[in-house]
Amino acid sequence: MNGFANWAVHFFMLDEGPLIWLSDFLIGCATIGIIVALTYFKLWKWLWDNWLTTVDHKKIGIMYLVAAVLMLFRGGTDGLLMRAQLSWPNLHFLNADHYDQIFTTHGTIMILFMAMPAIIGFFNVAVPLQIGCRDVAFPYLNAISFWLFFAAALLFNLSFVVGGSPDGGWTSYPPYVENAFDPGPGENYFLVALQITGIGTIATGVNFLLTILRMRAPGMTMMRLPMFTWSVFITSIIIVFAFPVLTVALALLLIDRDFGSHFFTVTGGGMPMQYINLFWIWGHPEVYIVILPAFGIFSEVVSTFSHKRLFGYSAMVVSMIAIAILSFIVWVHHFFTMGAGPGVNSFFGVSTMAIAIPTGVKIFNWLFTMHKGRVEFTSAMLWAVGFIPNFLIGGLTGVMLAVPPADYQYHNSYFLIAHFHYVLIGGTVFGVFAAIYYWWPKMFGVLLDEKLGRWHFWTFMIGFNICFFPQFFLGFMGMQRRMYTYPAGYGWGIINLISTVGAVLMGVGFLIFVWNVLWSARFGQRDTTGDPWDGRSLEWATTSPAPEYNFAIIPTIKGRDAWWLMKKTGESINGPKGVPFRPIHMPNNSGRPIIMSLFFFIAGAGFIFQWWILAIIGLLGVLVTMAQRSFEYHDHHYIPVEEIEKTEAAAGRL
Amino acid sequence: MSNAHTAVHGDHHPVDPSIPVEYHEEENSLRIAGFWVFLGSDLVLFSCLFATYVVMHGRVAGGPTSQQLFDVTGFTIETIALLFSSFTCGLATYEMRRGNRNAMVTWLFITVALGLVFLGFEIDEFVHNVSIGATMQRSGFLSAFFTLVGTHGCHVTMGTLWMLSVIIQLIRYGITPITARKAFIVSIYWHFLDAVWIFIFTVVYLTGKVV
Repeated sequence: MNGFANWAVHFFMLDEGPLIWLSDFLIGCATIGIIVALTYFKLWKWLWDNWLTTVDHKKIGIMYLVAAVLMLFRGGTDGLLMRAQLSWPNLHFLNADHYDQIFTTHGTIMILFMAMPAIIGFFNVAVPLQIGCRDVAFPYLNAISFWLFFAAALLFNLSFVVGGSPDGGWTSYPPYVENAFDPGPGENYFLVALQITGIGTIATGVNFLLTILRMRAPGMTMMRLPMFTWSVFITSIIIVFAFPVLTVALALLLIDRDFGSHFFTVTGGGMPMQYINLFWIWGHPEVYIVILPAFGIFSEVVSTFSHKRLFGYSAMVVSMIAIAILSFIVWVHHFFTMGAGPGVNSFFGVSTMAIAIPTGVKIFNWLFTMHKGRVEFTSAMLWAVGFIPNFLIGGLTGVMLAVPPADYQYHNSYFLIAHFHYVLIGGTVFGVFAAIYYWWPKMFGVLLDEKLGRWHFWTFMIGFNICFFPQFFLGFMGMQRRMYTYPAGYGWGIINLISTVGAVLMGVGFLIFVWNVLWSARFGQRDTTGDPWDGRSLEWATTSPAPEYNFAIIPTIKGRDAWWLMKKTGESINGPKGVPFRPIHMPNNSGRPIIMSLFFFIAGAGFIFQWWILAIIGLLGVLVTMAQRSFEYHDHHYIPVEEIEKTEAAAGRL
Repeated sequence: MSNAHTAVHGDHHPVDPSIPVEYHEEENSLRIAGFWVFLGSDLVLFSCLFATYVVMHGRVAGGPTSQQLFDVTGFTIETIALLFSSFTCGLATYEMRRGNRNAMVTWLFITVALGLVFLGFEIDEFVHNVSIGATMQRSGFLSAFFTLVGTHGCHVTMGTLWMLSVIIQLIRYGITPITARKAFIVSIYWHFLDAVWIFIFTVVYLTGKVV
């Protein structure tokens, strides 16, 4: 019994001190609070029928975004803990082990469980509406994608309080992460959780590729697509070809750890560099997976709030395609210092710098779109305009890092940290915030408050620069990434303190955003028109939020900026008067995706703790749910004409 | 009939009898295209395993080499079984287009049987290797060998289970656009595995016997 008690104490990390106890307490309170609230307000059935089993792309998009904001909070808290630790020399607020775990979870969560769901959320919210169709190509698969992400995020976050977090960095380089040096479940959490969410992401890539190729409304040719949809199309192609590489890298490392093979070990003929190559063959395209959709969002926002059509549409498309191709041939720039030789390093240095060309084209196109436009500085537009100089700093320092001889100086220093935070925050996070302000009325039928939105932007943007700009100098002064504390006397202390102040300001900005959401839900201006921004693409033709079927009658598209054209010519989205509605075929809700993800969760836990019975139960469950789906023939229903008429009449569209 | 694409446009399209039965509904065409894209990503997965295998091939850490390990008779029988199964799978599609449910099901059964023959020989090879100490824990080369060939074997196992489920549905519902689409997709998958095997045969077994 004593042995079991010891095991349990260690397993639930009760011997790790107050940080874990506090987390346990908060997680317990939140879980009990949610269960009590759902039971008290009798919301379980509502939750199951409307959300947990939904296959509606609009609701799945909202669930992705809610998850992304929660993960932003988790990742942001990790970031603040790190900044607290580094704010002054010789601090031991966190010990080295905890610091390693926290920078690992910060990076992993921000990329895979915050940026990815945020952009995929907007794929879901906007793409089917923008191309004039009623759902994605495979709605059921879409639900599976979401729930796999959800199960993976749950699993990954559980590591904080059960068994211990991964501590090998978000890149998880061997040989350090092999069993010999890093035993325990931590790294397995990383490998399994990313594997599960990766499977869901590949499915998302296939889904949106086919949606955009095959589900466009009549007349919506590829060169009439809204720019955001174009960016999703190209991103989907990158996902389909990049994510399987991650699948392999993670699988091989997990086989090493779980079954004792020798892919990346230092003994037995293993080769750690193979993992590093595979990881970055996925890893570099991945950063374009999270930035291209942000470019698409900025294109929509800049064009809408300049009240002009997008400047250089074809150049935008071509430059995105160029970026997509180049993204696959730059991966070695992540390890110039590993000694691949001058020939290889030169090639990858030049290919990396070449990315600046199409990116520069896009920057100029946004500027020319604003030029002589009637620019309206709404909150969404502020994020888009703020993006340009901030992203430019990130991009230019990227070109500096791409010079191999110079990279030996900056490599893995705070210069690099500052660089990629400038591109990822200045690009992706600004893009996500722009999209939140832009599409919020479409998602919820309410506008976010503009005044709070401006406060949110300025606090966050100024905080971001105070936090990360000094880190370029820290890098030049020799401060390396991932060091958990540093001695006094290098002159780093005051710069780090400034940086920490900036991080706190970013946290304040996030809280203003949360307050904005809560305030606007209660008092915000209702969007009764469905088109609060005088928008240009088809999502603004629907009501806010759009009805289940999106469009009562599928519109015929006559040019770019389809809804703008319709408004100019005075056409109705439902076509000429008197065209009768017809019953609309929609997919049925299904509880199977969430159940399947539960089995993935169980199998994942089995692989993490090497409890093989659990792994087998989980995998069998996955197989059984797949077989059930194969035998399911009645998975669609009709929405009758009367119901469509009722909905359209209520929206004043008859 | 359930149909996602009619769900988009809100009406049915007349069926053109000259196109194959598995394409009779637009949703079917959408799903088949989606499956091709999935195969594209699966191809990337196998490419990475191949690359890893090639890198690892010489890293035997004093253990058995590919020349010592590979058994010509075994992998030749495996290859013949799998190539023939691809042929019989093609005959099943041919009979499907002609509307012969029974002949189609028979050919699919033969395909599954050949798949099982293939798997039997592969398992036998793996068991033999392990019995002489050539496990995946022995060396980098063997880790990569078992993982590449084993991943293909897992795909074939999934393929046989999947094909059996399609056979049951064909027996139950006959050749309808839906069952035809399911049979067509599993057959694309089967041919894909055959193509991957040709590369395993060449890169792993033939090359491994020589180099």
